Amino acid sequence: MQLFFQQIIEGLSSGAIYAALALALVMIYRATRIVNFAQGEMGTFTVYLAWQLDQWGVPFAFSLIVAGALSFVLGILVFRLTIRPVLSASESTIVNICIGLFIGFEALSLWIWGADTHPFPRLFSDRIWTFWGVRLSASNVGTLATLCVLAAGLILMFRFTRIGLAMRASAAEREKSPLVGIEVETMLMLGWGLAAVFGFIAAVLVAPSLFLSPPMMVAVVIYALAAATLGGWDSPAGAIVGGLLIGVAESLGATYLRFIGSELKVGIPFALMAVVLLVRPQGLFGRTAVIRV
Amino acid sequence: MNILQVHGLAAGYGSIRVLHGLDFEVDEGAIVALLGANGAGKTTTLRALSGTIAARGTIELDGRDVRQASAADRARLGIAHIPQGRGTFVDFTVEENLALGAYAVKSRQQIRDDTQRWYGIFPRLAERRTQLAGSLSGGEQQMLAIARALMARPRILMCDEPSLGLAPAITQDLFALLQRLNREEGMSILLVEQNANLALRIASSAYVLENGGVALRGSAQDLRDNPSIRRAYLGR
Repeated sequence: MQLFFQQIIEGLSSGAIYAALALALVMIYRATRIVNFAQGEMGTFTVYLAWQLDQWGVPFAFSLIVAGALSFVLGILVFRLTIRPVLSASESTIVNICIGLFIGFEALSLWIWGADTHPFPRLFSDRIWTFWGVRLSASNVGTLATLCVLAAGLILMFRFTRIGLAMRASAAEREKSPLVGIEVETMLMLGWGLAAVFGFIAAVLVAPSLFLSPPMMVAVVIYALAAATLGGWDSPAGAIVGGLLIGVAESLGATYLRFIGSELKVGIPFALMAVVLLVRPQGLFGRTAVIRV
Repeated sequence: MNILQVHGLAAGYGSIRVLHGLDFEVDEGAIVALLGANGAGKTTTLRALSGTIAARGTIELDGRDVRQASAADRARLGIAHIPQGRGTFVDFTVEENLALGAYAVKSRQQIRDDTQRWYGIFPRLAERRTQLAGSLSGGEQQMLAIARALMARPRILMCDEPSLGLAPAITQDLFALLQRLNREEGMSILLVEQNANLALRIASSAYVLENGGVALRGSAQDLRDNPSIRRAYLGR
């Protein structure tokens, strides 16, 4: 039983990271109907920036803040330079561009910082509390708390601020939003910036345990894609639940289904996803499009 | 004084040209109707004016050419366009629709006052303030669309087929409201309407569009009395 709860905690903790990245994916999908495969690689690139600043002697916390701000700018630049020109192009064009960004950002990190892995400073203290034999580390708590803060921030922004309302309107009604004075492209740009910050945060949370290397986020983005699909692509709440579920399924599966082993455990979330989608094709929280004529 | 002066307006979709050099104007405080058969270019005219589609020619709002301005800028400058059908943000609550309408308004006090004012005028919207606009009836949605558009305190209100899909009694209410807005607040209105009878009853002047150009213009009274108009559009 202790093992079971232990695995749930570990699963929730890694699930929180998938959820953070899935939130970024869903945010962009809702606004532009684009699945940005490159979100994780962009995150890795910005974590390298933080690492580089730290190496240069900038205080760690300050490095993180600067890199977070830079990732916002990076998201905006990526949108302006690569997505905006093809916004009305066909889906396959956009998919190709996202694949290009994926390869491009990984290559860029590799070119600047090389293929060696680097240790990344821990974000939270190394304290561990034990409850009835179940270990709860500060890192588990910190990761889950970060997800809570991100989710609460998003809800507050989208529900209660003028800019959040305008971003939602741009995503839902691209044609009508300009009629009330909303510059839709500016809102999409902000959305890409914000998503890049979420990607950065997911990558920062992952870096201390996976170590920093150019392909660090490849597995994470795959889980995040599965999380967004599981939760439903148009639902931020679904992204969070999907991420946590996938994290838990992964850790429980790897523990209890021994024959799968750690190499194949990447398949567990996808088995879960396949089963859910058989029952609910739109995902757990997704809405089926209803077209009224 | 003209609030809107349009000269040589040409627009279309892709390679299909719909408008071929339209000239017309809207006087301050007037209701001007654009009449014409399906496909004459009425909706395209409104879309070109609000910047939803690109256009050539000049579009002067208060004497200033806004043709180069983006749709969002034109909205901020005072062109309010209620598109055909659902002029509301259907996945947003009534309250959010009004907030979106006031997106360009800086003063929070003004937003609060206007919101209360519209809830006073449309108590049904007040009752449904937390409901999604898409769940309202057709008439309620059209009322919300108008309230939403006027939250921005525009210079000119452009309505595209407001009577579409509404029961006759509700259409009557709607036109009475437009007339009241015009009389009591001096709101200038450009009205596109299939139902020429109804439109000519509240309009001061009208333009009849045919094949993307102005076929006829005149005061509402003259057009009502014009025998060929009566045959073609008024059905008597």
